[in-house]
Order: sequence, then structure tokens, then C-alpha cells
Amino acid sequence: MAEQEQKNPYRVLIGKPGLDGHDRGAKFIARALRDEGFEVIYTGIRRTAAEIAATAIQEDVNAVGLSSLSGAHLRLFPEVISELRMRGGEDIPVLGGGVIPVEDIQELLEAGLSAIFTSGTPAKDIICSFTEACRKHADGDTDQ
Amino acid sequence: MATPTSKEILAGLLRQDPRAIGRAISAVENNSASAADILSALDQEAIERILVLGITGPPGAGKSTLTSTIIRALRKEKKRVGIIAVDPSSPISGGAILGDRIRMMDHALDTDVVVRSMATRGRLGGLCASAGAAVRIMAAAGCETIIIETVGVGQSEMDIIRLADITLMILAPGFGDDIQAMKAGLLEVADFLVVNKSDLPGADALCMDMEQVFRDKQEKDGIHRVLQTVASENQGIDHLLAAIKALASHLEASGIKAERRHKAMDAETMDWVMELLRPQFIQAMTDKPGRQDPRIRAKELIHEFSTIQHDE
Ligand SMILES: Nc1nc2c(ncn2[C@@H]2O[C@H](COP(=O)(O)OP(=O)(O)OP(=O)(O)O)[C@@H](O)[C@H]2O)c(=O)[nH]1
Ligand SMILES: [Mg+2]
Repeated sequence: MAEQEQKNPYRVLIGKPGLDGHDRGAKFIARALRDEGFEVIYTGIRRTAAEIAATAIQEDVNAVGLSSLSGAHLRLFPEVISELRMRGGEDIPVLGGGVIPVEDIQELLEAGLSAIFTSGTPAKDIICSFTEACRKHADGDTDQ
Repeated sequence: MATPTSKEILAGLLRQDPRAIGRAISAVENNSASAADILSALDQEAIERILVLGITGPPGAGKSTLTSTIIRALRKEKKRVGIIAVDPSSPISGGAILGDRIRMMDHALDTDVVVRSMATRGRLGGLCASAGAAVRIMAAAGCETIIIETVGVGQSEMDIIRLADITLMILAPGFGDDIQAMKAGLLEVADFLVVNKSDLPGADALCMDMEQVFRDKQEKDGIHRVLQTVASENQGIDHLLAAIKALASHLEASGIKAERRHKAMDAETMDWVMELLRPQFIQAMTDKPGRQDPRIRAKELIHEFSTIQHDE
């Protein structure tokens, strides 16, 4: 367990909202996180924001990672956040990645995303961000 | 957000609140302080009424797809369903990819389908203990039928199946080696043998083969034990469910269900004994490194441990 030294593995959900059918990136991140000791719940492609949020709540994850290649991230990512909020999951951090133009990053961060990755972000940095987000979430939750 | 107290979580379970169910299961899975309070307050009667189905079989046989179709059928009967989907943790990183949900996403927005994915976390006893607790939490949160999916290749992974009242072994054509390896233990673990992917060649031959294995069981109570399904096409599910129900009433009426539950509770208690003692013994071993024969050392450690307990 290289990155994770806490007693219990962090649980994260990796989801693909929207209509594009390519999940190579999402699967790559899922495997990279697994290799760093995370428990990764993978929901498959073409999920709605509501389905992703409901699943994240049921699975009691420490963070949600979203991947989008379709260009609809400005709509879909914040939608997941508001669906989480509606279900009492406002404390769960949401991270996003995929084909995302640099000029959209600020808007997404302002919409409440914890981190945004572009196609150039090294896997190591992505894992760091997930570790950071999960640690913060787990620390706020004394049950972990 | 402040961590909810065990009282708040228990109140949430009664309201069938998904967040509370998820948190309660995490609490037991992580062995956290509130776990004992939650578990001891759960409604025992609810637990006795429910039916627990175990679904096991080699990787890729169609367990999750079949689970999803069983969920659909049970939802038509307005039953509230719980699913515990178990996948192995990587022995190297300790992480896991929990992918069974992909096949169950049709039910993601149905609040009466409660799904929890769990990793084995490298300690099988511990997993059985937390999966058993998850069953009881789901029961307390109103689930009437609970399905446990687990990959069954290694004998050890199948252990978790003893939490089930009824176990379905899922096979499919083209799993020759896996099936040969499992054949011996099959009768002991499985109540039903489901030949899934019956749309593929080889299904009939596999069925006939299995009919032989299950003939005695089948003749004893007249319930069909070998069934064919095409889970991806929703075929054969009504038959399967009818057979499960017939067996469930038989097990209930004959007292076998109660007997199985007793045995399962004893085994689970034993798992907890190991789980709770483990940290103390690991500590004792670190404190006092030894080079004796491990069996002798173990006896010494136990002896020391029990004298300390006695003195306290
Ligand atoms: N032809 C055919 N394919 C099926 C059938 N049922 C499931 N499949 C396919 O078999 C593959 C594996 O199905 P899963 O339900 O994921 O199998 P599983 O046993 O849960 O797999 P693991 O959890 O990975 O061990 C998927 O591609 C399904 O679509 C069936 O009845 N016929
Ligand atoms: Mg599966």
C-alpha cells in the first residue's frame, strides 16, 4: 500500500456520465487507484448524474471521480454535485477529468469540483488528488 | 458534515435512509467504535423473517447479470431487495475494483434496491463477519430478500456463502476446467445449479452432466435442482424463482433453515473471535520475537494471553 497508510482502504466511485461510449480513461484511472490501494466502485458508461449520485450514497464512498470526453462536462459535472446534495451527500468530494479545455477549469472549480484533470495530467498527480480528497473526507468522518 | 451518532444511524435505518444504511455498513466494515452499538440494537425479528440467497460461480459466468434479473422479478412482487456484491482485494496493493454494479445499474434509482459492494480486504474471516453484519443491517432497513454475490473458485471464497439460506451455483458452457475443479465440493455448497448462458452451445450437455450430480438431492424433495437460464435475455428466471420459493418453504417448514442459521451464527462468532484477537496477538508477536516452531509459539502466546486475562 504505497499511498495509503490508513487502516481502512478509501472507497471511491468512478463514473461516466453522458453519452460518449469510451471508457478507456475511466478504466485506466480505476486500475491505477486500485494499484494504490483504493477500493474502486465502477459504474460503467452512459450513467445519468442521478444514478451516479445515488450509487455513491449507497456505497458510502469517500470521493467520486467523473470522466467525460463528450464536451458536456460543464453541465454534467455540476449536475452530479447537485444530485449528491439533494441526497444528503454534500460532503462527498467530486473530481473530474477527461477532454476538458483549460478555460473551463476555473468554472468547474467554482461549481464545487475538488479537482480537474485534463488529458495531460500525470496519473501520479491524479492519485495524489484522490488521496488528498479522501483523507479530508475521512477525517471529517470520525467513523473511518 | 458532522459524523452521525450511532443513534442517528439507527433512526436512519428505520427510515430506510440510503445514507444511514451505507454508513452503518462502513462502520462494521471498518470495525469502528460505533459498530457494536449499531449491531446490538438491530431488530432480531426482521432478521429471522428474511431470505438470504447466495450466488456464486466462476468469474464471468453471469452472476451479476442473473442477480439483476432476479432483482427485477422480486421488484415486480414489490419486494424490497438488498445485494451484497463481493470482489477480491488485490493481495499486492490491498485495493480492489468492484465492478458487479455495472450489471445492476438499471436499478440505481430504485430506492427499494439496496446495493453494497465489498472487497475481501485480504481477511476472509473478517469479510464473512462484515458481510454477515451487512445482511443484518439491510434486514433492519426493510430488505426482505438479500442476495450475496461472490466469486466461487477458491474454496475459501465460497465460505461466505454459508451466510446464505439458499445457495445458487452459476455455471456456463465453456468453463470446463473450473467446473471439474468444483465438482467435488458442489453438492455440499449448492442447493441449485444454474446453467446460465443456455443460448450458447454446450449448455444441454452441461445440464445433463449436472443432473447426474444432483439426482439424489432432486429425488428427495422433488424440487428441480438443475435449471437453465439466459440471464442476458431474462429467460428462465420465473422457473428459477419458483424453485427457490419451493425450497425456501421446505427449508422453513422442516426446520433446516433455522438449523443453518444457527450454524452460520456460530461460524460468524468464531470469525469475530479471530478478528478481535488478531491485533493483540500481532502485538504480542512483535513485542516478543521468537524462532520456535510456530505451533509451539502459538500455544505459548495463547497461554500467556489467557493468564493475563485471568489476572485482570
Ligand atoms: N450469451 C450470454 N451471455 C451472458 C448471459 N448472461 C450474462 N452474459 C454475459 O456474460 C458476461 C459476464 O457477465 P457478468 O454478469 O458480469 O458475470 P459475473 O459472473 O458476475 O462476473 P464476475 O463478477 O466478474 O465474476 C457479460 O458480458 C454478460 O453480458 C447469458 O445468459 N448468455
Ligand atoms: Mg459479477
